[in-house]
Amino acid sequence: MRDFSYFRATSAEDARQAALQASAVMLAGGTTLLDLAKCGVAEPEAVIDITHLSGLDGIAVNQEGAVIGTLAKMAAVADHPDIKAWFPAVSESLSLAASAQLRNMATIGGNLLQRTRCAYFRDPLTFPACNKRNPGSGCSALGGVIRNHAVLGVSEQCIASYPGDLAAALVALDAVVDLGQRQVPVDDFFLPYDHAPERETVLQPGEMILGISIPASVAARNSTYLKVRDRQSYEFAAASAAVGLELESDNRTIKDIRVALGGVASKPWRARAVEQALIGKALEEQTVARAARLAMDGAVSYGDNLYKIELAPRVITRAIMKVGGLA
Amino acid sequence: MTIMETRKHGSAADGLVGGRLSRFEGDLKVTGAATYALEYPVDGLAHAVLVQSTIAAGTVVAVDASQALAVPGVLMVLTPEDDLGLMTASDWYGNRPENQPFLPLPREVTYNGQSIAAVVGESREQAIEAAKLVRVIYEEKPGIADIDDAKAGKGKLMDNLSVAWGDAEAAFAAAPVRVEAEYRTPREYHVAMEPHGLTAKWDGDQLTVWEPSQWTHGMQRNYAEWFGLPIENVRMISPFIGGGFGSKGVALPYGAVAAAAARKLGRPVKLAVTRPQNFTSYGGRAATRQTIALGATEDGVLQAIIHRGANETSTYTDYPEQTGAATPILYKVENFSSQSRVVPVNTVTPGALRGPGKNPSAFGIECAMEELAYKLGMDPLELRLKNYADHDYQSGKPWSTRQLREALTQGAEAFGWSRRSHEPRSMRDGRQLVGWGIGCGTFPVLRAPSAAMIRILANGRVEVVSGAIDMGQGTYTILAQTASEALGVPVDQIDVVLGDSRLPGSAIAGGSMLAGSITGAVHKTAAAARDELIGLALNDPNSPLRDTGANTLTVSNGRIASELGQGPALSLPELMAALGRTEIEVVRNTLPEDAQSLTDQNAAWSSMARVQGPTMGDYSMHSWCAHFAEVRVDEDFGTVRVSRIVSAFDCGRLYNPKMVESQWRGGIIMGIGQALFEEGLVDGRNGRTINNNVGDYLVPTNSDIPHIQVISVGVPDHQASALGGKGVGEVGIVGVAPAIANAVFHATGKRVRDLPLTLDKLL
Repeated sequence: MRDFSYFRATSAEDARQAALQASAVMLAGGTTLLDLAKCGVAEPEAVIDITHLSGLDGIAVNQEGAVIGTLAKMAAVADHPDIKAWFPAVSESLSLAASAQLRNMATIGGNLLQRTRCAYFRDPLTFPACNKRNPGSGCSALGGVIRNHAVLGVSEQCIASYPGDLAAALVALDAVVDLGQRQVPVDDFFLPYDHAPERETVLQPGEMILGISIPASVAARNSTYLKVRDRQSYEFAAASAAVGLELESDNRTIKDIRVALGGVASKPWRARAVEQALIGKALEEQTVARAARLAMDGAVSYGDNLYKIELAPRVITRAIMKVGGLA
Repeated sequence: MTIMETRKHGSAADGLVGGRLSRFEGDLKVTGAATYALEYPVDGLAHAVLVQSTIAAGTVVAVDASQALAVPGVLMVLTPEDDLGLMTASDWYGNRPENQPFLPLPREVTYNGQSIAAVVGESREQAIEAAKLVRVIYEEKPGIADIDDAKAGKGKLMDNLSVAWGDAEAAFAAAPVRVEAEYRTPREYHVAMEPHGLTAKWDGDQLTVWEPSQWTHGMQRNYAEWFGLPIENVRMISPFIGGGFGSKGVALPYGAVAAAAARKLGRPVKLAVTRPQNFTSYGGRAATRQTIALGATEDGVLQAIIHRGANETSTYTDYPEQTGAATPILYKVENFSSQSRVVPVNTVTPGALRGPGKNPSAFGIECAMEELAYKLGMDPLELRLKNYADHDYQSGKPWSTRQLREALTQGAEAFGWSRRSHEPRSMRDGRQLVGWGIGCGTFPVLRAPSAAMIRILANGRVEVVSGAIDMGQGTYTILAQTASEALGVPVDQIDVVLGDSRLPGSAIAGGSMLAGSITGAVHKTAAAARDELIGLALNDPNSPLRDTGANTLTVSNGRIASELGQGPALSLPELMAALGRTEIEVVRNTLPEDAQSLTDQNAAWSSMARVQGPTMGDYSMHSWCAHFAEVRVDEDFGTVRVSRIVSAFDCGRLYNPKMVESQWRGGIIMGIGQALFEEGLVDGRNGRTINNNVGDYLVPTNSDIPHIQVISVGVPDHQASALGGKGVGEVGIVGVAPAIANAVFHATGKRVRDLPLTLDKLL
């Protein structure tokens, strides 16, 4: 048996102090941690249970936006009427993620910190080389079966895909991660894997996610999350798009647009080039489709994930047309 | 061994054969009260964990277990160094090599994920941690990852699978309309909800094994032969099975490891095969390749079928996944040729997975037939009916029953096939392209002997007792219905006891042969028990019915009386009390008279030696089906959704339509998974199946399953079985994948010939 110390935190400060120990992890819903422990990737020496912290599972929505506590369950956020009404992309990204059982257990903070599904990352005994697990050891996925690996924000260091759905919606809607001492835009919270794959976020030892805030906007209210995959449920995205749209008063010229991608990049991927190309343009499918291709600038396929470069712009296009009421 | 209580639904007639009785054990299963193999409480358990290879091929030079042994609670590490003293067991047919040791933890590695060591600890967690610390030093050899590996070559021709009549090559060359294409299916896995595993316990030289089993007597024999024990010294207990699909029919090397560890330690050992290890501890369906060439006249009369198939197998056993199994019998054709090869690669030996052979075979021929239909400009339904096989052209024998025409026409009617628009890409629903396709399926009727015991107890309850198993298909329920009908006792007075090798022997729950076999044995036994009861009632000096003058009696609704109302009508308890009997026990079997010796019986229950194939006799006997699938394809994304399925089946008489429909639907659902998702992803560098978990190896979710309408068009087939049924379990999946692939072609105009139909292939 691999022994680890178990500490039940009674305050966030408590938890942060405990997290300064070497090889410490926080336990919330446990859906990722247990999974990674079973496949031998997570071998913590200290487990800090934060599930008993009070006041961290709130969901509050007002004129300014939404504030969601780190311990709020995925299902609770997905089903919250105000989140559904004001931030549909957030609600949809959660409803389309994982399974009902997992959504009932998993928390928002843990959801952001989920690790990649790269099969090579998850099988350390067979594939010791993994720059994410063991910096400098190489990437076993290169030359392997990589149908669901990333094409954006990758390098020969690592081609693993960030698997989450929620984060794409948050990145699109300019959400901010509350770390207590500092507030970090979700887009900056995640680091691309391409140069230091072992560093996935800006979280420092002793820091924890306390919650997220999402500013209200017309684009947030008029948003959607489109997830494309082979299986209808309980599968990670082949490609997904979180999109928010605000039209001018003529109801056809794009005033504000947000586009972020899931399933194709090393982090939740904001497609600002697409947004910039579309602002001021008429909402029209050909225009949108042309702009959507810009999202793939710099995309690289190392093998059988080439289809994603074709697929992702189509997902963006459909999502924009859908949220524009035209698909 | 568990005694079921009956739960009756619907009318009283539901209790008889053919009634829609709900499954007896359903409540136990959904409430968690059913005890599965690894849940049996056994005192003093130690826990074994397998260590599996991480290379495709090579030799274990050394195993350093020192770190593992240092983990607290670790009791033992078994490695290839340990002589477990086991001998190779017989194959399915009862053939056994002499003096050949059996090495469940071999030194020679022939596939990635092969068990090469095992750690036993006081707790499973300790053993798991220690297993990670076992250091294996290999001398690695070049491996062949899979059938696509350039080193795999063409493989070996399996002469015994070659089939030919007429002159297929010449007829194909002369045919005015020809199609020819290669069809491919990937490695597929059983992924039963209950993973494999066992608890093994020794009492002296008696071994008890709790393990999910599709065949208690067959696996009893496997264990007995490995350990050199008389067969009766081994007891297999398996009253509930959480899905088998062909994977739980024989004892497997991990079972030998657990039982050997238990013997060495002098303690019972539990071994739970982890989900990833389930992908390599036994074989799934082999990857297949087949080329089919069809020649036809311009009006669509088949002139020739040429089939060339191949499947991967292991480097140590030639396992044929018979892609030519359905090809010769689905259609009328005067010129036919089929050859099959096996291609050795570094994999665990593939195994039987629902609809073995017939399933990939139907994918080939049923896609090819639709390709021919489109080439001819003919409705695929019409093409199938036009080439309807009036008899079995392979064996030359008449069909016992073949309602495939009715399946096609009634299925088409229910589906609304006549509203189809022929041209690909001609049906649309918003952004979705809509397509319709057909796939026919078949599975042979296999017949085997079985035994059963009936016990009539003093309280009037009746026990039906057999070593047969129920893995969800409804054995408990249909045996109660069978006994109820034959005995004249209401079904709620009947208890069924199954799943224990100490009970009377039975056919395997595999090859769709159990229901036909065991209902025959139970019917025979129950009729004998009724006759014995009547004989006692007429002749026993203490029987109130003795002097009534009746020359026979009837048993009906649990009461025994004369037909003309002479004398009293007695309930079973009243009669048993009058007779002074505590029980009446009757055992019968369906073996021939000249095969009743104990040796013959043991051989019959624990080997396939007495299994009769579909053409052993005057007829050719098979189950048949026709699936009609509707798909919606989002062309921008390549995603395929099955929106409707109608399937019509000829499985003869249905013993319990509710159970049967459930099995058919289950097969169709597996077929949807096979068509759209399932694929073992093998790393070409080391032969590792990398999606060895149910997060990454996709099977359908409820969201993927549309409304499925199933229709029975069968008629009783008394050549096939005593009660007139044909097999239902396997055939449901056969033909589903081609129906979907054909529908995808109709929707998109794209012909995808390699499963699964993932979105990247349709972009």
